[in-house]
Formats: sequence, structure tokens, C-alpha cells
Amino acid sequence: MSQPLLEVRGLKKYFPVKTGFWGREKVVRAVDGVHLTVYPGETLSIVGESGCGKSTTGRCILRLIEPTEGEILFQGRDIRALNAAGLRAARRDMQLVFQDPFASLNPRKTVGQILQDPLIVHGIGTPAERRKRVEEMIEIVGLTRQHLDRFPHEFSGGQRQRIGIARALILRPKLVVADEPVSALDVSIQAQILNLLKDLQREFQLTYLFISHDLSVVRHISDRVAVMYLGKVVEVADKKALYERPAHPYTQALLSAVPVPDPTREVNRIILEGDLPSPANPPSGCQFHPRCRHCMEVCRTTVPPLKEAKPGHLVACHLA
Amino acid sequence: MSTFRRRFRENKTVVVCLAVLAVLAAAAALAPVIAPHDPTQMFPDHRMEGSSGQFWLGTDQFGRDLFSRIIYGARVSLTVGLSSVLLSAAFGTLFGLIAGYFGRWMDSLIMRVMDVLFAFPEILLALAIVAALGPGTSNTILAIGIVNIPVFTRTVRSAVLSVKNLEFVESARAIGAGTPRILFLEIFPNVTAPLLVQATLAISGAILTESALSFLGLGIQPPDPSWGGMISEARRYMELAPGMIVWPCVAMTVTILAFNMFGDAVRDILDPKHRKR
Repeated sequence: MSQPLLEVRGLKKYFPVKTGFWGREKVVRAVDGVHLTVYPGETLSIVGESGCGKSTTGRCILRLIEPTEGEILFQGRDIRALNAAGLRAARRDMQLVFQDPFASLNPRKTVGQILQDPLIVHGIGTPAERRKRVEEMIEIVGLTRQHLDRFPHEFSGGQRQRIGIARALILRPKLVVADEPVSALDVSIQAQILNLLKDLQREFQLTYLFISHDLSVVRHISDRVAVMYLGKVVEVADKKALYERPAHPYTQALLSAVPVPDPTREVNRIILEGDLPSPANPPSGCQFHPRCRHCMEVCRTTVPPLKEAKPGHLVACHLA
Repeated sequence: MSTFRRRFRENKTVVVCLAVLAVLAAAAALAPVIAPHDPTQMFPDHRMEGSSGQFWLGTDQFGRDLFSRIIYGARVSLTVGLSSVLLSAAFGTLFGLIAGYFGRWMDSLIMRVMDVLFAFPEILLALAIVAALGPGTSNTILAIGIVNIPVFTRTVRSAVLSVKNLEFVESARAIGAGTPRILFLEIFPNVTAPLLVQATLAISGAILTESALSFLGLGIQPPDPSWGGMISEARRYMELAPGMIVWPCVAMTVTILAFNMFGDAVRDILDPKHRKR
């Protein structure tokens, strides 16, 4: 494959929490050593249950949350080493699409102003040129020029998400981090937005880092999938390989929970025991071992590294 | 925005209050044209008279026309009320934005200073400031302005706190916007509603404080007319010429009532959660 567009090595984000007034300061390991490689033009999805650190990972990559540790190489340059001005310039190339289309648009601004802001911030074009680009963009995402003078509250959730996508794409970024972009939408609208994202990817040669908890959505949009559990990536593989031959016990359990719309088919659900452990107090060794069906002695003591089990198929498990 | 304007027009309280305030503002602005006499001109032959064709509301102990003095007094009251609120709103907004957005030690520092200012009774603090700076219109404005800063800081800060963690602020950072841009162009437009309500309500308070200061002889200095000063002078002649004390009081009551009711109505319109009924 070609040069990676984004490489994340050993990314960590620990949030300090205090327990009580005199309590000792503890840390929540929201992201605990994430490795990811994203190639240009592909869609890499991050899946995992709530609280596994997938959103935090996305925000750390854009440095909207300051990471505790690790390297983020975007086009070979370390994002973490940039100063404020350099970071601002780098953000032209990496944008974010938000989950909540109701909170992510400023209610006091018209859609035209919202879309124009990125251009103004980066000093692109004259007012007339900016206006033209905004008009082009709004039509690309399937709305019309008449919508530009309206306020966000006048739109439906799906339309707002289109506006959010337009804002992210107006700077012509290379990488778009989409943080659960469809999970706040109706199922009927989800497909529209997903297809729009796919069309835009083809049109602008975009690379997506797609964060989601919805395995069906992920299957629809991804090229490769990374599975996260408790702040760590446990498995990365091509979509096909991952959905057909999941190697990590957690991925197997996760996939067995996807409902199959076929009443005649036998369902072999793997029911996970226990709850998700607290990221403030993660288990020793493999962080999945208390819930794993195949737990061995080595799992309790040694953290399994993320290694290549088959070509292009990375798994963090002692069994693989 | 159009619904806001419609609700504004449909609300009877707002319409009435606005009419009263418009008349007051017009009287204040056009005082030299409307007033039948110079407010400081004395008519020694007509001291402490009741109302007549020449002196509509009567005269004071020096034979000055009460009506003219009340109109010029409205000018002083409105000027002091508006400019002091403008002053405190400007600084309060700035401090509130900074305290709310940056949080941590910045927030503690600003809010503790505000708490200290808050701890003094309003009039006492204003008195102290005027006593230190010396009396006069601009110092009165300054004093009342400083006294009101904490209220605005708190209002704006709490509004900022409820807005700053919304995703649109993060999205502004994601597109590369700097802190001043985020503060003034993203967050500020979302705190204007409580700010506007607070400002309308603060004007009446400012007018009252000005009158109190003038009543105590530390605000507007004679012979310039001010309602508080007029009431103070009239006190001694209450039995001889009740009009002297009644009319400035009426003017003040109407003004403050209009501002207060207007402020309440504006709050009801901007924040439907507060609406009674």
C-alpha cells in the first residue's frame, strides 16, 4: 500500500479525577496506547461500546483534546509538535463531523455564516469568492442557496448534518474524522447521509476516520475496521476479514450481537459476562480477560501486543 | 427573529412601557424645546406656587418652574441610567466571558473580586466611590457603573458556562478559530438574551441609585436639576408646597415602573420558561 496519511503510535489520554476533597488523584485511562494507520482514500472505522475511548481518540488526533502521550503523524509531520499557528494551519487538512447536529451548529448564525467561517478564519478568497464557494458547497451536500439565509433551528436533523458536513468539507480537507455522524439520526435518514459521505469521498478523494458503535453502519461504509475495548485497539482488519473471520474474542462477541434479519437462521450469541470495567481501574494483563471465554493464565499477567496474525489483520490476543 | 418581533408587538405590557419610555426619552432629548422655562431661572415673585397656566406644575422655593426642572431631570436620570448600565454591561460582559470560558484560576480570581464588590450594599459602595472621586455627573455614572459590574459578570458567566461545552464551540476550534473569535463571535451572540434582560432591569436600579446619591447631595450638583436633588430640597417644604415633592416622585415612579415592567416582559419573551400563567 501507499504511504499512510495518518499514523498514530502509542496515543494515550489520561484524565485526572479526584475522589472526594482529600481523595487521592486518580486517572481515567480513556485512551491507553492506541496504534492506528490510515491510508489515503480509505475509510477506517473505529468501533466499540460507549466509553471505550473512540471519540476521545478522534478528538486527540485533531488535538481538540490534548493527548497525554504518543505520536500523531499526519502526512509525516508530528501534529503534537506544532505550535498554535501551525496547528491552525494543519486544521485546514483535517476536519471533524460531529455527532449531534443540534448542538454542533451555532443557533445564532445563519447557515451562510456558518459555512463561511472556515474560509474567513483561514483568510481564503474575497467576500464574493467566498460567497460563491459557500453556494457551491451547499448544493454539493444536497441543499439549495435559499437555505443559506436561514438559521439552524429551521432545519431537520438530516439537513443539519448535511450543513455540518458542508462546513467540514468547505476547506477541502484531506482527512475527515466523523464522530458518530449518523447515530443521532433516524434510520431512514442515516442511509442518505452515509451515501452522501461516500459520494463526497469519491468526489474529493477524502480519507475518513469513521467513529461508530453501529456495526451495520460500519459494515456499510468502511474499508477497514478497528475494534476498540477499554482504551485499546484489540483488532484491525479489512472489513471482509473482520466480519467473516473475527480473531479477537471481543470482536466475536460483538459481531454475534448484531441482529440478523432472518428468523430461520440459528443464532449463536456470545453473551459477555460482567460489565465493562472502569477505565480508572483497568484489569491487569489483557484488559478483556475477566470477560473472555478463552481466558488463560498468561492473559491475567501479560498485556498482549497488537501483532499481525495474518497479512493486514492485526490482533491483540494471546490466542491469535 | 421574526417570531421575537411578533411576540414583542403582541405583548401589551411591552407596548405600553415602550410608549411611556419613548415619551420620556423624547422629553429628555427635546428638553430645551419642550420646557416652558429655563430650569435654573428664578421667578422670585412666584415662589412655591401651585400649578397655573404659566407654571404647569408650580414652582419651588426659588420660584423655578417644576415642570421644566422635571424634564431636565429626566435628561439627567436617563443619561446616568443608560451610560452607567452601558459601562457595567461592557465590563461585566468582558469579565464574564473570560471567567466563564477560561475557568480555573482565572474564574476564581475574577469571581472573588466580584464577590467582594457584591458584599457591599450597592448605595454604600457608590457613596464611597463618589466620595473618593468627588461629586458630579460623570463620577456618578462611573460609580454606579462600577457597582453594577458584578451582576453583569455573574449573568454572563453563567450563560457562558451553559454554552461553552456545546459542540459548536468545539467545531469553531476544529476549523482553526482563535480564542477571541470563539469568545466574541461564537459564544457572545448566545449570551445576549440574559444580558439584555439584565441591562433593562439594571437601568431602573441605576436611576434609583443616582437619585439616592443626589438626595444625599453627592450626585448631581445644584443648580442642575435632578429628581433626587429636587426631592431632597422639597423635603423641608413638604407641608407648604406638597407639589414640590409629589411631582418628582411621580416622575421617578413612572420611569422606574416602566423600566421594570419592560424588563420583566422582555425576559418573558426571550425565555419562555419564565412565562407565568
